[in-house]
Amino acid sequence: MPVKAKTPVPDHFFYDLMLKRRTVIIAVLLGLAAVLFLLNISLGSSPIPLGEIFKVLFIGKGQGNNVMIIRDIRLPMSLMALVVGASLGIGGCEIQTILRNPIASPFTLGITNAATFGAALGLILNANLLKVSESIMVTANAFVFALLASVCIYAFSSRARAGKSSIVLFGIALNFFFTALTMILQYVSDSEDLKSLVFWNMGSLLKTNWTKLFIVLGALLFCFLIFHRNAWKLTAMTLDDTKAKSLGVDAQKIRRMVIILTSLVTAFAVSFVGSIGFVGIIAPHIARQLVGEDQRFFLSLSALIGAVVVALSFTVSKLIIPGVVLPIGLVTAVVGIPVFLSIIFREREVM
Amino acid sequence: MLRTENLSFSYKTKKGPLPVFQDLNVSFSPGFNVVLGPNGSGKSTLLKSIFGLLPYEGTVWYQKENVTAMGIDDKTKLMSYLPQMDTSFSVLTVLEMVLLGRLPELGRKVKDEDLHSVMEILASLNIERLAPRRFTELSGGQKKMVLVAQALVRNPKVILLDEPVNSLDLQKQLELCHLLRCLEEGTSIIAVLHDLNLAVQFAHHIVVLNGKGKLYGAGSPRETVTEKMLREVYGVVASVNYDKNGRPAISAIRSTRDVVA
Repeated sequence: MPVKAKTPVPDHFFYDLMLKRRTVIIAVLLGLAAVLFLLNISLGSSPIPLGEIFKVLFIGKGQGNNVMIIRDIRLPMSLMALVVGASLGIGGCEIQTILRNPIASPFTLGITNAATFGAALGLILNANLLKVSESIMVTANAFVFALLASVCIYAFSSRARAGKSSIVLFGIALNFFFTALTMILQYVSDSEDLKSLVFWNMGSLLKTNWTKLFIVLGALLFCFLIFHRNAWKLTAMTLDDTKAKSLGVDAQKIRRMVIILTSLVTAFAVSFVGSIGFVGIIAPHIARQLVGEDQRFFLSLSALIGAVVVALSFTVSKLIIPGVVLPIGLVTAVVGIPVFLSIIFREREVM
Repeated sequence: MLRTENLSFSYKTKKGPLPVFQDLNVSFSPGFNVVLGPNGSGKSTLLKSIFGLLPYEGTVWYQKENVTAMGIDDKTKLMSYLPQMDTSFSVLTVLEMVLLGRLPELGRKVKDEDLHSVMEILASLNIERLAPRRFTELSGGQKKMVLVAQALVRNPKVILLDEPVNSLDLQKQLELCHLLRCLEEGTSIIAVLHDLNLAVQFAHHIVVLNGKGKLYGAGSPRETVTEKMLREVYGVVASVNYDKNGRPAISAIRSTRDVVA
């Protein structure tokens, strides 16, 4: 021991309690996610009762078309809501951590706007960048540009002196650049194409299928596991860069790793369901208030809250106008903006 | 013993290299070492270089080991470092913040032994009651104490502290310096201080940088802190008196520059 010990050493009982509290919070959110998941299977043009859902899920039998509706349509959609929410949640969590900026998110890096431009290329110019089948052409284009934006950010952040604020500035520049490019395409497009681009931008879970779900889920799990393995190093990223380095954490290296992984996870989520706003900002913000920034909890909770927010938005989007499913992106933004404003106002008070 | 051999560091500027210090040969023994020198004399740079946070020329030795050639993991095991300015903004409790100081030892589950040593160091700094508080809600001085705890908690052989007492109140300054003087035998503290009276009261060994990139002198407080040194290094006229233990006390200071009143 470094110093002559003072006896008795105070206990750390409160810490054990705190960990228990955090575990309870995570369990509660898991429960909430499960409830919303079932609700989303149940809700739709023809509501399906809970008993019937369990029957289909566990025995594989049901009345009429219910088996088909649940298995092929509602189950992948409801899961996609959770998976996309979790993806944006962990993306936001880590981007905020490495940039030390509570209002940063994967969107800050320009990835979403780049994806929109890719989609616009497909919808307006019929460009098929990867020469894939017509049905996934737009998605593939969006993905190519989302990835391109991440490569730009990655290359920029690898420069020797790229600090936190210069990365944010670079992201903002990318955002403006891709928005302008998309606007040029909009300017030359006819009204039908323009309409489909506008709808793409609003975000939708309706075109989900099992293949898309597994791709997004795969990216989510891959990134989650890597982040989870580096939980303590990521927690140390909240410290001063020199301080982190003196604890054996190479801040620059971790920052680059996070940028490439969050880009990947966001690129998949955004190119399949369109731009879903604000989840990446709200989820980590709420999670931070609840459990602090110990990444062993912060990461999982950001994912869960993201999942719950998108699942809840999906439920709401089906309820507002009976028989019509409002675009998920719009609903999330309407839920998200009040929270976003409250973040800004709270910070004003502190300053 | 920690020793630097021909240590040089220059900042790269557009007009060419700007040397901070050149061919510095300094040694630090176990105990409380204090680095003195005027602003810009390279005190912080020296500490950063020893830890390898800056690309220097020369070699740093710890006993027979070449620190310069060490990997980051070994360096982290041997030394800890407290930066002068800390912009940490972590939403963590004080306990978790200090726990991060043991980062290389932390696993999936936090061991009781780790928590015990955190509480122990907090108690020895008299801040154990802060343990459940959020770091971001603390005052500047309290934050400083927590960051010092973070640097001490792993019990490294070499502890580099860049101005550990600034922003602390008088009582905390005295308590912290006393604690640093009384750390376990074999631990070398290397601290930058600006308060000469604190330095002479608590340091075992003082190293003075001359402000022109060279070593001015090194030795016990009595050997190093003299009227001549104060005039030549700091440019002040002072009288240095010695108490019954032979420790110098500095008083009546004015600048050697003509200051128009």
